[in-house]
Amino acid sequence: MTGDDSKHLPLEDLHLAAGARFGAFAGWSMPLTYPAGVMKEHLHTREHAGLFDISHMRLFEISGPGAEALLNRACPFDAGALEISQSKYTFFLNEAAGIIDDLIVTRLGRQRFMVVANAGNADADEKHLRQLALDFGTKGDFEAKGEFDAKVDALDRVFLAIQGAEAWAALSRAGIETGSLLFMHGFEPRENWFMSRSGYTGEDGFEIGLLEAEARNLVAKLLEDERVMWVGLAARDSLRLEAGLCLHGLDITPEIDPASAGLMWAIPKEVRASGAFIGADALRAILERGPAQKRVGLKPEGRQPVRAGAALFDADGNPAGHVTSGGFGPSAGHPVAMGYVLTALAKPGTKLFAEVRATKIPVDINPLPFTPHRYRKG
Amino acid sequence: MAKTYFTEDHEWLRVEGGVATVGITDYAQEQLGDLVFVDLPELGKKLAKGDTAVVVESVKAASDVYAPVDGEVTEANTALSSDPSLVNSAATSDGWLWKMKLADESQLEGLLDEAAYKAHIG
Repeated sequence: MTGDDSKHLPLEDLHLAAGARFGAFAGWSMPLTYPAGVMKEHLHTREHAGLFDISHMRLFEISGPGAEALLNRACPFDAGALEISQSKYTFFLNEAAGIIDDLIVTRLGRQRFMVVANAGNADADEKHLRQLALDFGTKGDFEAKGEFDAKVDALDRVFLAIQGAEAWAALSRAGIETGSLLFMHGFEPRENWFMSRSGYTGEDGFEIGLLEAEARNLVAKLLEDERVMWVGLAARDSLRLEAGLCLHGLDITPEIDPASAGLMWAIPKEVRASGAFIGADALRAILERGPAQKRVGLKPEGRQPVRAGAALFDADGNPAGHVTSGGFGPSAGHPVAMGYVLTALAKPGTKLFAEVRATKIPVDINPLPFTPHRYRKG
Repeated sequence: MAKTYFTEDHEWLRVEGGVATVGITDYAQEQLGDLVFVDLPELGKKLAKGDTAVVVESVKAASDVYAPVDGEVTEANTALSSDPSLVNSAATSDGWLWKMKLADESQLEGLLDEAAYKAHIG
């Protein structure tokens, strides 16, 4: 249960009124489920539209003449190649190429970027950026100054996600037109608003950062629409797992590099070859010798879920890896999981066994995602 | 005449002729959320009070259900293998988990009645 020191969402009263059940996540007291329950919330999101309060995530604005250079140092990507309103999925890496956090970076202007980071890592991310930026514009702590002529602001916003096949229609009815915005693009539709076509469910959807008073208006309008319902963190987790998306802290951690995680698609070739990002040398060394293990999708036989921490074995009983995320996929209709296995075994169709309560459950390595992505790309 | 008992761990037992039918309470199923799998005990398994008898799995987590008294499993609710959501929709009737022959009926005296259980969950 949530202790006194957990952080509370600005819209907590709305979740309480909606009958949410709360739980602790990444230092926050978060709505886990609403009275509809995780199964209905999950399915409703895919069919209609789910409204998620993700204000535990943090928005950073990075601006100034050195903003691009700062991001190229902090992340293994090419900020200069981003067009205005284009978003990219990337990471902060440590010197060993371990993933400190995964994030989405959007170019807002010639010298301005928005970074959306995970709740549990927001402080680590802030520290990471603080070490790089000459002017870190929050909370008056300027003792550490980096080399890049850029300013980093942690924004105080309510952050909402509206996800699902009818998300765009519900936003339109609420007076927000999304027509020309494509997947992995974002912009500032109004002052102090940030809106992107993105999300973490595998569905078409949007994420909107805005001030609390305006967020209350938007939520009220959206919930008038019967296509929209509140969806909690439990369904957010089952949705992202079916979509094959990594949860930082489980599937990717500071001990896991992007090559092992199967996330090299996020790192452009030229950046791999010659980028000067933190962790570049370590990542090149890993790529040269090949990662020892790889992230894969896992489909358990039968109905019994296989969960994070379960050990995996090959047909001869030799250790093969472990599960990092697992549960039941309401849309898939069967248990779904992800984990790391020895590289030689990391092929779809390989049969392994997961140990759950002293019994071995057969699991197949399954291509990800378990449910097809339905992003609006054009 | 069957008599119903409750435990502080949110189980119910309906006892008739030395055999207890055991399930979880409506309060417990609500706390757990939508169940997707029930790991049932084998017939003939001898359970001591406090042993894990059944594991119920929701979308998100696995939870143990303990044997409330000593006894031997005589039946498991196999309907739950194909439809675990019966525990959510009918926790105190069709969603029962297992039946056990009681080893020591005097253990029942330490359990709660319905009024005491209601007070327990507040």
